[in-house]
Amino acid sequence: MNATEETRKPRVGLFVTCLVDLFRPVVGFSAVKLIEAAGCEVDVPMTQTCCGQPAYNSGDRADTRAIAENTIRAFEGYDYVVAPSGSCAGMLKKHYPGLFRGDPTWEKRTEAFAAKVHELVSFLADEMKVTSVAARHDGSVTYHDSCSGLRELGISAQPRALLASVEGLTMREMRDPDVCCGFGGTFCVKYPDISNAIVEKKTETIREAGAETLLAGDLGCLMNMAGKLSRQGSGVEARHVAEVLAGMTDEPPIGKGGR
Amino acid sequence: MQVTSPAFKQNARGALADVQLQKALGNVRAGFIDKRRKAMDALPEFDRLRDEAKAIKDHALASLDLYLEAYETKVKASGGHVHWAATAEDARGIILDICRAVGARTVTKGKSMITEEIELNDFLEGNGIRPVETDLGEYIIQLRGEHPSHIIAPAVHLNKEQVEEDFRRVHDHLPVARDLSEPESLLAEARRVLRAQYFEADVGITGANFLVAETGTSMIVTNEGNGDLTQVLPRVHVVVASIEKIVPTLNDAAQILRVLARSATGQDMSVYTTLSTGPRQEGDPDGPEEYHVVLLDNGRSSMLGTEFQDMLRCIRCGACMNHCPVYHTVGGHAYGWVYPGPMGAVLTPSLIGVDKSGHLPNASTFCGRCEAVCPMRIPLPRMMRHWREREFERGLNPATQRWGLGFWAFFARRPSLYRLGASIGIPLLSLFGRRKGSFGTLPLAGGWTKHRDLPSPQGRTFLQQWRDRDTLRQEART
Ligand code: SF4
Repeated sequence: MNATEETRKPRVGLFVTCLVDLFRPVVGFSAVKLIEAAGCEVDVPMTQTCCGQPAYNSGDRADTRAIAENTIRAFEGYDYVVAPSGSCAGMLKKHYPGLFRGDPTWEKRTEAFAAKVHELVSFLADEMKVTSVAARHDGSVTYHDSCSGLRELGISAQPRALLASVEGLTMREMRDPDVCCGFGGTFCVKYPDISNAIVEKKTETIREAGAETLLAGDLGCLMNMAGKLSRQGSGVEARHVAEVLAGMTDEPPIGKGGR
Repeated sequence: MQVTSPAFKQNARGALADVQLQKALGNVRAGFIDKRRKAMDALPEFDRLRDEAKAIKDHALASLDLYLEAYETKVKASGGHVHWAATAEDARGIILDICRAVGARTVTKGKSMITEEIELNDFLEGNGIRPVETDLGEYIIQLRGEHPSHIIAPAVHLNKEQVEEDFRRVHDHLPVARDLSEPESLLAEARRVLRAQYFEADVGITGANFLVAETGTSMIVTNEGNGDLTQVLPRVHVVVASIEKIVPTLNDAAQILRVLARSATGQDMSVYTTLSTGPRQEGDPDGPEEYHVVLLDNGRSSMLGTEFQDMLRCIRCGACMNHCPVYHTVGGHAYGWVYPGPMGAVLTPSLIGVDKSGHLPNASTFCGRCEAVCPMRIPLPRMMRHWREREFERGLNPATQRWGLGFWAFFARRPSLYRLGASIGIPLLSLFGRRKGSFGTLPLAGGWTKHRDLPSPQGRTFLQQWRDRDTLRQEART
């Protein structure tokens, strides 16, 4: 191994996720900042779209496969593939391989790809061994464990550890932070009344926690909870955890105007 | 029992508006979850025990035919009878014949979901035989003419005030001034009333938690001891069990028992674990004169060798529904057939057809908590997704959903069109929503905005901004 290879920075392909791309680009820029601060080089392939969950969870395997092939092609050249979402990272890492099982050309390729995929916060903590971030956030926060990140990827301690290193931040845990918020992708529009009953219980525990800001690692869940909090007239603000870890909280919180 | 699964959405709406039900469902959340958690914490090897339990069932299912035959041989050797029932109708017929042969007028019953599945009570009543449920929860819902809303806590949808009212209505021979304010007093009263029934019954019917191939033994676990009296006092004991209850050895059953009660109620063991092997033998102090086992298939053998085989490992502990956010909000009856919650969402389509129960595997957020707590490590969300795939293949989901999905997939498969569409649509949407930051209503987003606001996009898409930034950087370099 020569000197340049030894010092070459790991190359990370950022899988932006469609919700971040469309609704909250600041999460993407926060992710870039955090990954770069961890000593990596970040690239954003322009041919990425969505991870395919809407099709996958609706039983449409053919479209899911086509979308997965597109993602794999776009990202397989990087050292790591990182997404600021537990559910999209879970899709790429845990579910893509099952789509191609037994396929002579794609099976190995998909497995190699899946091995490189990480959710943002666990990538920083577990892979890059980041133990603290250089950020300041004056205020109290509460953290919701989004389901896929928690149960498919084991993300729970990492965000809390990194948040503990943010200056000025106070953590106020909610009751049952590991209970689903009722989003569930297409579930929330297919079964709006049930989804609503679930998110109502969630926002109750969020308000009880008494924190100023709600954080989570998945924009889908955050838009669901923020949308409900807003409808209830609550003053609790919602942000993606990456925004606070990167110290990029100048933008208004999710669902709040004022620019 | 009438299948109301196709009306799941209406059922759910009714459940959400039912104040009593919502109060009772609070007990599920509060009761079962903490107790299970404590039991887990007290047993560090729990996860290993789960792996062992899973392996035992996987092994048994791989040679199910052999173990069933071995079991049959043993039951016969101990003087019992084995009846094979391919369908619910067959099972009902077999049981009626057994009852008629001994001129039965009354049968007592231990708790059994299989007898719910085959709709035994209505059938027996229609044939002039009175079934008496002896499990407290089952007894209560029998009084009310209802069905279980939970596989281990059939009356969990009720509050104790409702039960008190029922008891006062039905037990009108008892003093009006008696105190029925506590669950214990309700249980004591049910016991007193039921005691007489045990002696009147000619046949006792129980389910089985396990059928042990090695010995021809059937095993039940209960907390009230009613199962023992049901199977020991009448002249005839009938066990009704589905074929996947088989385990090879007594030791295997004991292994699985270690995860069963802990997952269900957080107990180390249920209060009673009762084994029965054949009729009363020479020298036995008690026991039935006749012992019958009715083995029900009812669609299970067709799950073998498919992506739904894992479901046959289920030991009916109820942990999946106890931890399910959807079950917590709508309760068990909304699912519209015998088996509710995540296990029902997988099993029901297998048993009654996905065309009738398509909502069940769809009405899940895929939060994965069911799989995380299932002692038998059954991949419930994965199997719900398999049902969605079968529905999709058969075109069973609503047309609007398919069009919406098709429209979206068209763009998701074509990166440049996706970028183009997003770069036009998103800034526009953002323009309208910018001041308030969110939308209270929006065309085509009614499912979302009915109950919550839709956060507005920040502005231009990330990919647009990133590309501009890259272009700027490159220009700076040149
Ligand atoms: S699926 Fe698992 S958790 Fe649910 S009842 Fe069966 S064994 Fe228990």
